[in-house]
Amino acid sequence: MSDSTNTRNPAYTPKDATPERRFPVREVVLFGTLLVAILAVYGLMGAAYSTRMLVEAACYAILALGLTIQWGYAGQFNAGVMGFVALGGFCAMLFSVPVNDAFWGTELPGELGRVLLYGLAATLVVVGATRLDRLGVPKKLRTLIAVVLAVVLYLVVISLLRDVTSQIQAQAGFVGGFGLPAWTGWIVGGALAGGVGYLIGHVCLGLRSDYLAIATLGIAEIIKAFLKNSDWLTRGTATVSPLPWPTPGPAELGFTLSRALYLSITAVVIAVIFFLLHRAYHAPWGRMIRAIRDNEVSAAAMGKDINKRRLEIFVLGCILMGLGGGILGTFNSLFDPQGYLPLNHTFLVLVMVILGGPGNNLGTIFGAVAVYIIWIMSEPLALFLMQLIVSVGESTFGWDAPNNMDSRALQARVLVIGMLITLVLRFAPKGLLPEKITHHG
Amino acid sequence: MNELIFFINNVVIAGSVTGSIYAIGAIGVTLIFSIMRFAHFAHADMMTFGAFMVLLLTTLFPAAGASMGIPTALLMLPVAMLLTALLAVGIDKAFYKPLRAHGVKPIVLVIGSLGVTLMLQGLIRLFAGTGGQSLYVDDRKEIFRIAVPFEGVRAPIVITEPQIYLFVITLVAVVALHLFLNRSRLGKAMRAMSDNPELAQASGINTNTIVAVTWVIAGSLAAIAGTLLALDVTFKPDLSFFLLLPIFAAAIVGGVGHPYGAIAGGFVVGFAETLAVFNWNVLLRPFQDSFPAWLELPSNLAFVGTEYKIVVPFFILVAILVWRPTGLFKGKVI
Repeated sequence: MSDSTNTRNPAYTPKDATPERRFPVREVVLFGTLLVAILAVYGLMGAAYSTRMLVEAACYAILALGLTIQWGYAGQFNAGVMGFVALGGFCAMLFSVPVNDAFWGTELPGELGRVLLYGLAATLVVVGATRLDRLGVPKKLRTLIAVVLAVVLYLVVISLLRDVTSQIQAQAGFVGGFGLPAWTGWIVGGALAGGVGYLIGHVCLGLRSDYLAIATLGIAEIIKAFLKNSDWLTRGTATVSPLPWPTPGPAELGFTLSRALYLSITAVVIAVIFFLLHRAYHAPWGRMIRAIRDNEVSAAAMGKDINKRRLEIFVLGCILMGLGGGILGTFNSLFDPQGYLPLNHTFLVLVMVILGGPGNNLGTIFGAVAVYIIWIMSEPLALFLMQLIVSVGESTFGWDAPNNMDSRALQARVLVIGMLITLVLRFAPKGLLPEKITHHG
Repeated sequence: MNELIFFINNVVIAGSVTGSIYAIGAIGVTLIFSIMRFAHFAHADMMTFGAFMVLLLTTLFPAAGASMGIPTALLMLPVAMLLTALLAVGIDKAFYKPLRAHGVKPIVLVIGSLGVTLMLQGLIRLFAGTGGQSLYVDDRKEIFRIAVPFEGVRAPIVITEPQIYLFVITLVAVVALHLFLNRSRLGKAMRAMSDNPELAQASGINTNTIVAVTWVIAGSLAAIAGTLLALDVTFKPDLSFFLLLPIFAAAIVGGVGHPYGAIAGGFVVGFAETLAVFNWNVLLRPFQDSFPAWLELPSNLAFVGTEYKIVVPFFILVAILVWRPTGLFKGKVI
């Protein structure tokens, strides 16, 4: 950043384009500790396990960068990260799984396409009906016509769709994939997540910020319900596996090497995103976004289109979440809609962002890796602690422990995540690596 | 006629049951919204907590209710209400008050309440396990079958004992709240604070007391709603994310900060859900003969499958936010 400033007239240089040079003690200490922690995990758990952990942490870092744009840059709270992650995972599955000849070889694709066309036509008819008032139809009559048409056409299309999908399920199992490279699915997943984000943001962003949280929470559950119950599209609870990797898989290279190769891909993706975000943050666009976050009224007075910018940033964050979800889904090599949980895919990401430092990309990446290591390591720790409590209870009080203690022990992690969120908000609201706010003198 | 009875059983009764539960939940949410100006995401887990307290007490004293002729769970409800109210006040003191004192934006309080949600969920699952349990530990769930005095009607109207209690308790709770808000000094002070906090404070109303009272009311109502839901079906610790959306939808439909609107919104959302999953073929089938020959009704004419029930409140929420963000009854806070 700083070398480009020499060519400009110094009098016009905005101050935050030339950050003060100082030795970043805090960053070095935190990342040094992180490195030690990673090495310790390598020493304790072995290379294959630890590399898997790092890849997953890297995928979460992409998700966290998406959330830090929304929450840190713009103050929008997205409580439905899980839905966008699931969309990304679904697209990665749909594009990369081999072609299912039992489906494509029959007349079923034609029928499915026909029903989808009917659906499109019905939508157009209903939209047309809502414009009837321009032809002189009274507004109340128009609304009545539009609603009745919408209900009837919806019922027609949905029953046709139910027929086709049950046929697909009976004859071919499920639609299958497109047999394309995984990265096409990642890109489409990002685009799809961005599209859903656009629809949600379009409705909610002009209103109170709470409404966005409620709506995103809802859409995440809906996306999950859809993916879980659409057996013809995703095999539902039967899950789809394996998903092909873009790199040579464990069968050819062994676990450690293949995972390390995958890790390098995610590292490149993160590096590119990080670089672009860094540039955007220090560009006039980034200053405008922060101006809107910090003082909406004066930003509006300066002629900024607040709702448009908010939508822009919300969609950008959703795209990153879809992309990260796709990369994560391909790496897991398993598409299981039930595996998407609000705790693992929404609140964990939230903790990463608020602990690492909302609005600070480096802090967010630090938070992602650190929290993920703690999260993974807490599983054996929780089981161990629970076992200890049970054995102490049995020996001293003669306590007859219920037999599902293991699953309950894992629930204790829910408690810890919740506690972390409330404590960080209260005692370190800016995170471990706070956003550096420069004041323009 | 049989079809009509089927409709009454599956839509009118089921819709009133879910509607009452959503309404009681939404009143709490909307009261918190109007006094403290944030969407309280932990409300559904306060409901679960109330139901869990009832379960705990019922398991401890399973025979207590039999002597009085009512289910034990119902006898334990006032105790659970008290405990949940205490929990609500405690949560506010420990987590929300410091945030409010810092003068944070409302959205930070929303995130804080999500953290509280997770903590409550973790605690409840740690102690209750993750499976479903019935609140009828020692008693039997009575089912009333009311025969309809018409020719050729075979199916009876079916209503269960907890559903009757549910209607009675909902009515009592709503009337009590109405009297409290309109007749008592404290209730009037609450309404004043929801209209204008500064003005209320300036005219000598102790806002801290009002906040505590709001939490007591919201906590007790949450305990009622959670217990009634658990009585009607079973107690499940992980319902909260599915309850949150309908309750918020109800509060927003009724107009945020508007307790009577929340009741209406609760019933709108409850009936919309049951109407959407109802198979309309059942009602249309008797008229099949009078339809033209080319029109053959498919066997499943439900708008959405039961597995997509959660789409309904979301759709209502989006529709109301697009067309009338202030809600049907013009809420105050927006």
